[in-house]
Amino acid sequence: MEGIHARFHLPFPDFTLETDLNLPERGVTALFGHSGSGKTTLLRCIAGLERPREGFLQVRGKRWQDSKQGIFLPTHQRPLGYVFQEASLFPHLNVRKNLEFGRKRTGFVRNPRGLEQAVELLGISHLLERMPDKLSGGERQRVAIARALAVCPQVLLMDEPLAALDLQRKQEILPFLSRLNSELDIPILYVTHSPQEVTRLADYLVVLEKGKVLRSGTLEETMTALDSPLAQGQQASTILTGTVSAYEAAFHLTRMAFSGGEISLPTAQAFAVGERLRLRVYASDVAIALHPVQDSSILNVLPATITGLANDQQGRTMLRLNVGDTALLASITHKSASVLGLHKGMQVFAQIKATAIL
Amino acid sequence: MLNDEDFGAILLTLKLASLVTVILLLVGTPIAWWLAHTVSRWKGIIGALVALPLVLPPAVLGFYLLVLMGPQGAVGQFTKAIGLGTLPFTFGGLVIASVIYSLPFVVQPLQNAFEAIGTRPLEVAATLRASPLDTFFSVVVPLARPGFLTASILGFAHTIGEFGVVLMVGGNIPDKTRVISMQIFNHVETGEYAQAHWLSAGMLVFSFVVLLVLYTLTPNPWRQR
Repeated sequence: MEGIHARFHLPFPDFTLETDLNLPERGVTALFGHSGSGKTTLLRCIAGLERPREGFLQVRGKRWQDSKQGIFLPTHQRPLGYVFQEASLFPHLNVRKNLEFGRKRTGFVRNPRGLEQAVELLGISHLLERMPDKLSGGERQRVAIARALAVCPQVLLMDEPLAALDLQRKQEILPFLSRLNSELDIPILYVTHSPQEVTRLADYLVVLEKGKVLRSGTLEETMTALDSPLAQGQQASTILTGTVSAYEAAFHLTRMAFSGGEISLPTAQAFAVGERLRLRVYASDVAIALHPVQDSSILNVLPATITGLANDQQGRTMLRLNVGDTALLASITHKSASVLGLHKGMQVFAQIKATAIL
Repeated sequence: MLNDEDFGAILLTLKLASLVTVILLLVGTPIAWWLAHTVSRWKGIIGALVALPLVLPPAVLGFYLLVLMGPQGAVGQFTKAIGLGTLPFTFGGLVIASVIYSLPFVVQPLQNAFEAIGTRPLEVAATLRASPLDTFFSVVVPLARPGFLTASILGFAHTIGEFGVVLMVGGNIPDKTRVISMQIFNHVETGEYAQAHWLSAGMLVFSFVVLLVLYTLTPNPWRQR
């Protein structure tokens, strides 16, 4: 794989970072974990801001680090972009000069595309002459992201770029981050402890705990594995991605085709046919029936196969279903599972009560 | 009013203080940088050595420098061996003594300024392709400007005001080592109180103006934030 191969061993007093990861060459990879799980340390290792004695790092075919051969590119020689948790703009430079700081040093100066694209992507063209202390928190973080992009990096590293912002500012920036993913052709490594951000942005997920990789894989795989920390409790959900196949204007109803069939949802706005959508389905919004239900208010009833069951200690059972090629989680009561005689391999019907567009 | 000897002393003092300030910035900046960023166990020892002139009586410092730089001292032997002769009672000796004497007044404001900047801007600059030296001049120097200003003013003013070290190391040689404070001492010794007054009042006004400038430019020059 021509993506990122990162192998590090870095001991700390309270934990040891120990990773051996192959990450995809495009899309957003979320590094997810609680504080102290080593996710930021891993990102800093990739940036060269930490120097583990044992390490190997290859990005898109280029070797950045190999302790066995004594190779270590210092940070300023690695073609990356880095967004820190706090915007960390240079306070003595205005927005334009902040954006140009990295560009002047890359040799891309004569090609204005990277800079223009960054300014346009983040919507900051009206802020260029301002000083950082005259910007809001959200604007500052957008400038910081644009500054990292302006150097035309081969990989974009983001360390909890939303963590220092309030909810409103988060909502202001999230659409820009979604755009980055669809418009950039580079891998984005995104450190976060927020399941919401993972489901909204990530394509690929690495779950870290105490410096070790607990699980890594596509978002679908990792979110729907029954033993994954993301598949526990109220937040357990499935992300369905697909394209709009039809729009019934009379009912404000959008239909989205995905690998498991078709799903309908009411939407205030009309989507164009062919537009990509990303839906979240909470496990608690999926019910199970043994037969296709007639005369029901539930629109979405999809044939499914049970691929796994897990009981918790609170009377609930988590089911993992296959709907076509797509995995879906359903959370039902232990009693229902028992009464219906659910077991692995059984054919059932999944009734999806609600979905939300991300 | 002031006579030629007085003007000679003033000129010599300004020359000494300017030269010493330049040397102090060149020497003090790397020391302050190291002290601000090192995790070495030597940090405490080096920090204490640099700060020593703050508490040491100038006469003590001057005495040891005199012994070290004299014909029997280690430094004196070395300077004789490379053909420089011995340094006490020369302008060069005075410069070296003043640099050591005023070092903490330059290192400490710089160290405070560097510590206040922290490591984050340095990391940001590195992720934006700036080499460490590039980062120092394009990020650290602009951000630490108040610290550099404070350090220069304090180093300059403190060198102008020294007496004890000059007395021990420099002596009282016109146009070579006789600085303003020595000249005031001479006037008082010979009962020329009027001229001592002129020079002293000049120093008083100068010192006040320096501190006024310092406190106006930086709200709290001793603890930069």
